[in-house]
Amino acid sequence: MSDPLGSQIREALFAAPARPDEPEPQPESGEAPADLPDDLRIDLYRWMRLTRTLDNTMVDMWKQGRGLGGTFSGRGHEGISVPMAMALGPDDVIAPMHRDVGSYLVRGMTPARVFGNLLGRVTGPSEGRDANLHGMGDLSLGIIGYVSHIPQQIPITLGMAMSFRYRGEPRVALTACGDGGTTTGPYHESLNMAALYSAPMVLVVQNNQYAYSTPLDQQMATFAITERAAAYGLTARTEDGNDVEAMFRSIKAAVDRARSGGGPTVIEARTMRMLGHAIHDGAEYVPRELLERWEARDPVDHQRRRLLSEGVSGEAGLAEIDAWARAEINAAVAEAEAAPFPDPGTVSDRIYA
Amino acid sequence: MRELTYIAAISEAISHEMERDPDVLVLGEDVGGDFGGAFKVTRGLAARFGDRRVLNTPLVEQSFIGMANGMALMGMRPIVEVQFADFISSGFDSIVQSAATIHYRFGGKVPWVIRAPSDGGIRSGPFHSQNPEAWFVHTPGLKVVAPSNPADAKGLLCSAVRDSNPVIYFESKPLYRSLRGPVPDGEHLVPIGKARVVRPGTHLTMVAYGAQVPQALSAAEELATGGIEAEVVDLRSLKPLDFETVAESVTRTSRALVVHSANRLAGVGAEVSARISEECFEWLDAPVTRLGGLDVPVPFSPPLEDAYRPDARKIAAAARRLAAY
Repeated sequence: MSDPLGSQIREALFAAPARPDEPEPQPESGEAPADLPDDLRIDLYRWMRLTRTLDNTMVDMWKQGRGLGGTFSGRGHEGISVPMAMALGPDDVIAPMHRDVGSYLVRGMTPARVFGNLLGRVTGPSEGRDANLHGMGDLSLGIIGYVSHIPQQIPITLGMAMSFRYRGEPRVALTACGDGGTTTGPYHESLNMAALYSAPMVLVVQNNQYAYSTPLDQQMATFAITERAAAYGLTARTEDGNDVEAMFRSIKAAVDRARSGGGPTVIEARTMRMLGHAIHDGAEYVPRELLERWEARDPVDHQRRRLLSEGVSGEAGLAEIDAWARAEINAAVAEAEAAPFPDPGTVSDRIYA
Repeated sequence: MRELTYIAAISEAISHEMERDPDVLVLGEDVGGDFGGAFKVTRGLAARFGDRRVLNTPLVEQSFIGMANGMALMGMRPIVEVQFADFISSGFDSIVQSAATIHYRFGGKVPWVIRAPSDGGIRSGPFHSQNPEAWFVHTPGLKVVAPSNPADAKGLLCSAVRDSNPVIYFESKPLYRSLRGPVPDGEHLVPIGKARVVRPGTHLTMVAYGAQVPQALSAAEELATGGIEAEVVDLRSLKPLDFETVAESVTRTSRALVVHSANRLAGVGAEVSARISEECFEWLDAPVTRLGGLDVPVPFSPPLEDAYRPDARKIAAAARRLAAY
């Protein structure tokens, strides 16, 4: 509407694309077993529940004024962040985003350390040096800390993958960006190089419909994220980001392919950012009806219902997991709130290695 | 001792480090194959060490420097060539936002070197003549070096490769083939963060780096014929800055002239000058003088470029004024 000429050109060149806010059914890749072991399906739920409980608690704390600065909710992204880390092996590396708390937890970062970082305590992985869910790297866990300049983590991940390839190590590097990240220069530069060098890497595009307040149809003329990746020579797939089992299968297949020399993959995970860009943002610009539709497809509830309906777990077993998550997060908050702030005398420490 | 050109000393440092450590590799535009880069610094390396260790990249400064960040985080030691220092701005985020902050933020090491062929005077115009070192000196977490002679070119590059931090190595294009000097064979390290008095003197101190060091030395020889003995301090490292060596000289001579090719406004010389004023005030007999490029893009045509940048003649004139103050 602000660009009538552009709209006319688009209409002339392309069949008006449907806004991809509904996941389309995808054919099975046939590269990973369709049937996941029961304990893995329950584990996917367990880590999603822990992630969601952390997120809910964090949001409540910030609304109560118990937070520090801003923060970012990953509500609705649990079905992506958890399998991103669960599909990796112990020697693989991951460069998660600020909505990927699930990845940090699965890799072994304790909730107390996450809250330590959120609250600027010396117990956080950045020791008070980086804010909220940025900079939470821990190389001993194979985690690279996030930087705000989207998508710096993609060329970094490419470089890590190239070091594995150079050394002949059977390791894989994985990262993620949002739909907004796909419009940047480094995204396209890095995809081109990843295919050119057949780098053992996986990129998960978390298409959550909005880059801050800007919807997809104001970011790109065509929503062909996977087609663009395929055009560079990468394997590319679109998945339902709210189906944790589909995401696990797809990411695992991509990781296995990268590890065996099959090159890089882009997986577009369609999902919805259920809260604002950051904690201060009420996201009034998102139609309520859109959020309601996605709320009905909540990834954590979806997996819970599936485990019950398919008889993988009983209500008592899942309630036990829910209670465990609650207790873990309560203990983590208490530990983080009691932890010391960094000593101002250390402000210049660690500037050089 | 055998003599090498400045550019041959750079090539020797790279092959020496690649020979020594299998984690050292070279990447950048046109660096590989038989071609060996726009200035031929990496010629012969691909044949000797293989294409895997001399990686040609597409035209993507932001992403090949970002890729070097990831390689370095995994313990490799990339030597990245940006074809001209002017193009380093295309990779700015990967350097100042990512590489420079990683160790402070979460303890990851980023041991890369970016080689940036810099400086002008060779009639190359606004996009092939720049001296962008001040941007990086201003950025916490980086190290910045700028050798002025073949021996330092080798020794500083070898030290930069072995440093655990991101180091930007500004090599002076005007010195590439015009300057020849003794270079130690084999192992030769010049410590990062150490300046050097390259000419002793008593009447004033000239502080310079890179291609302005030979200009300052030439000016000093001319001044000596008129009875003015200038001491010349070669900074060699811009970050960390060895201010102790500067202060030791200035407190003896009581006069300071700071020179660089880069724009004078908010340049490295402004920092050096401010620190001399702050920390050596009581020893000074004259205000600190700065010479640098004008506040314009580096112009192409010879009369314009000559008006833009300092040289031995301008340095000598400024030194005479300073000595007479």
